[in-house]
Amino acid sequence: MSAVEIVRFAVRGLAANKMRSALTTLGILIGVAAVILLVAVGEGSSQSIQRNIQQLGANTLTVSSSTGGGGGGFRMARPQEDSGPRTQARPLTVDDARALADKAAAPHVASVSPVVSANAQAATYDGASHPIQQVIGTYPSYFEASNKPVAKGAYFFNDDVLAARKVVVIGQTVAENLFGPIDPVGKQITVTGVPFTVVGVLKEAGSAGGFQDADDVAIAPLTSVQQSLTGFGPLGQILVKAGSAADVAAAQAEITSVLDQRHGVGGTVAADYQILNQATLQETVSAATSTFTVLLAAVAAISLLVGGIGITNIMLVTVTERTREIGIRKAIGAPRGAILGQFLVEATLLSLVGGLLGVAIAVVGAQFTIAGITPVVVPSSVVLALGVSVAIGLFFGSYPANRAARLRPIEALRFE
Amino acid sequence: MSLVLDVRDATKVYGAGETAVHALRGVSLQVEPGDYVAIMGASGSGKSTLMNIIGCLDVPTAGRFHLDGVDVGALDDRRQAVVRNRKIGFVFQSFNLIPRMTALMNVELPLAYGGVKPAERRRRALAALDLVGLADRVGHQPNELSGGQQQRVAIARALVNAPALLLADEPTGALDSTSTLDVLGIFDRLSATGRTIVVITHEADVAEHAKRVVRLRDGRVIEDTRLAPVDGLPPRLGEATA
Repeated sequence: MSAVEIVRFAVRGLAANKMRSALTTLGILIGVAAVILLVAVGEGSSQSIQRNIQQLGANTLTVSSSTGGGGGGFRMARPQEDSGPRTQARPLTVDDARALADKAAAPHVASVSPVVSANAQAATYDGASHPIQQVIGTYPSYFEASNKPVAKGAYFFNDDVLAARKVVVIGQTVAENLFGPIDPVGKQITVTGVPFTVVGVLKEAGSAGGFQDADDVAIAPLTSVQQSLTGFGPLGQILVKAGSAADVAAAQAEITSVLDQRHGVGGTVAADYQILNQATLQETVSAATSTFTVLLAAVAAISLLVGGIGITNIMLVTVTERTREIGIRKAIGAPRGAILGQFLVEATLLSLVGGLLGVAIAVVGAQFTIAGITPVVVPSSVVLALGVSVAIGLFFGSYPANRAARLRPIEALRFE
Repeated sequence: MSLVLDVRDATKVYGAGETAVHALRGVSLQVEPGDYVAIMGASGSGKSTLMNIIGCLDVPTAGRFHLDGVDVGALDDRRQAVVRNRKIGFVFQSFNLIPRMTALMNVELPLAYGGVKPAERRRRALAALDLVGLADRVGHQPNELSGGQQQRVAIARALVNAPALLLADEPTGALDSTSTLDVLGIFDRLSATGRTIVVITHEADVAEHAKRVVRLRDGRVIEDTRLAPVDGLPPRLGEATA
């Protein structure tokens, strides 16, 4: 009795009940497709979030103030603060930024860009108006540090910052809303009543699903924005670019030591600023998204399990229904192994065919955007889902197959 | 001469204690090669139990049973399957062909379980079907065949492995008189060519075709009559087919 023979018997057994076999296969198909597709959606969303983080700029550290502006009263109430040498949390200043740019104190820092920002500023051009989500005042180094290249025109220069020239680089969304098809470079727009000359248009960053539109921005020299929009108050943040990916940790340590000194942090005094390391952010987010993916996969795995139980169920029915046939086969000399093999192969074929179809459907389904996420099929999830489906066939098929093989021929023959 | 069948003092008890049923109360039966034996008895006489034991489908509670020199009771499950495959050809009252398989495939089945190569299997199955006069029905499924034809397919399936013993359980019980004569004629001819046949039946007409008739009652052999010599021809050869 060769293996080919057993497979042939099994195929014949399945073909005898096409509808039943198809429905059982469907259970496994849905399970496998769900596992692969949901893992793909999880992976897709994880990758898109990672991309968004990378868009913030490579090797950058963001220093921001951790005092909530007027929250001093609350902080003052804490006894440790009272006993410390510092009496008030200090905001970040341009001087802080200059100190960080000092090569002697911070050799691993490549560039420092102080940043102020004003939200929802009304911009107009020739009758068209558009509220710009974020107007950023900064230094030219910001473009490189934050990974924002221009598509048209040019950046502004250090001279523009020193002279507080009213020049601006606008994002794609702003350009489209104000100018439409007209080339914005060289045109003058007014932002909250202040005229700015457009010198460049940023390359489209692509809006990230769920995130704010990264193209709805305008970037102008720090001094100009302070003069006209925000006033000369504290900085919103300082964007620091490290020399290379390997220098990020060292740069972070240097920033900490420089700012600790300047802000009188140490001993019992808590830091009044925080440094956001992009790598750390990425780790945190990827940990969160992988939890999300695991959760999705677990839900899908349950449906695969249900499909497996469906196989057991249908195989038990099949064994009962074919008890007499099993008896005949045994009476004419079928060894236990051949009966066991036939029913095991039947169950495994059901799950294998279901698994393969499930993979095909998942791969096709992954070509479509699901809930704003482009799924990314993870090869290991395909292998795993397919392997698990075959294992399910073997596992859930083994009970009915064993029952068939154990049937005593006289009882099986007597069965009506 | 070695016996094809050697049952000595076999007993079979179903259940235990007060509800125990004694199906066989010490049956001894020896069958020589070439013999054609009819085992007769009313229902409850133990003939089905005896047939199950002879067919290696059941084992006696006590007593010895040798088939073609092999002590079947001592064999494990797998070897018993081999014995059933090689040494016994079964013919059942209800034909017991496997549905949705053609006549040819049904006849090939014992050879498949016996590990015969496909080409050889096909040749032997066709020869067996030809022997029972169904060479033109090889591609039909059981539900496309008449009762008599189905039983002839079953006989072909029983013969295909050239077993030491052809064991038939009420082979004509579900057939009309014409088909009955067909089947009995086949048995007569097989017997004439030297096959060993044991037929279980309760019909006297069927038993008249055998060379030897054994009667059972209440689990015991009550009569053992020889109608024709072992190495002779069956008594009714030629009549049935005529």
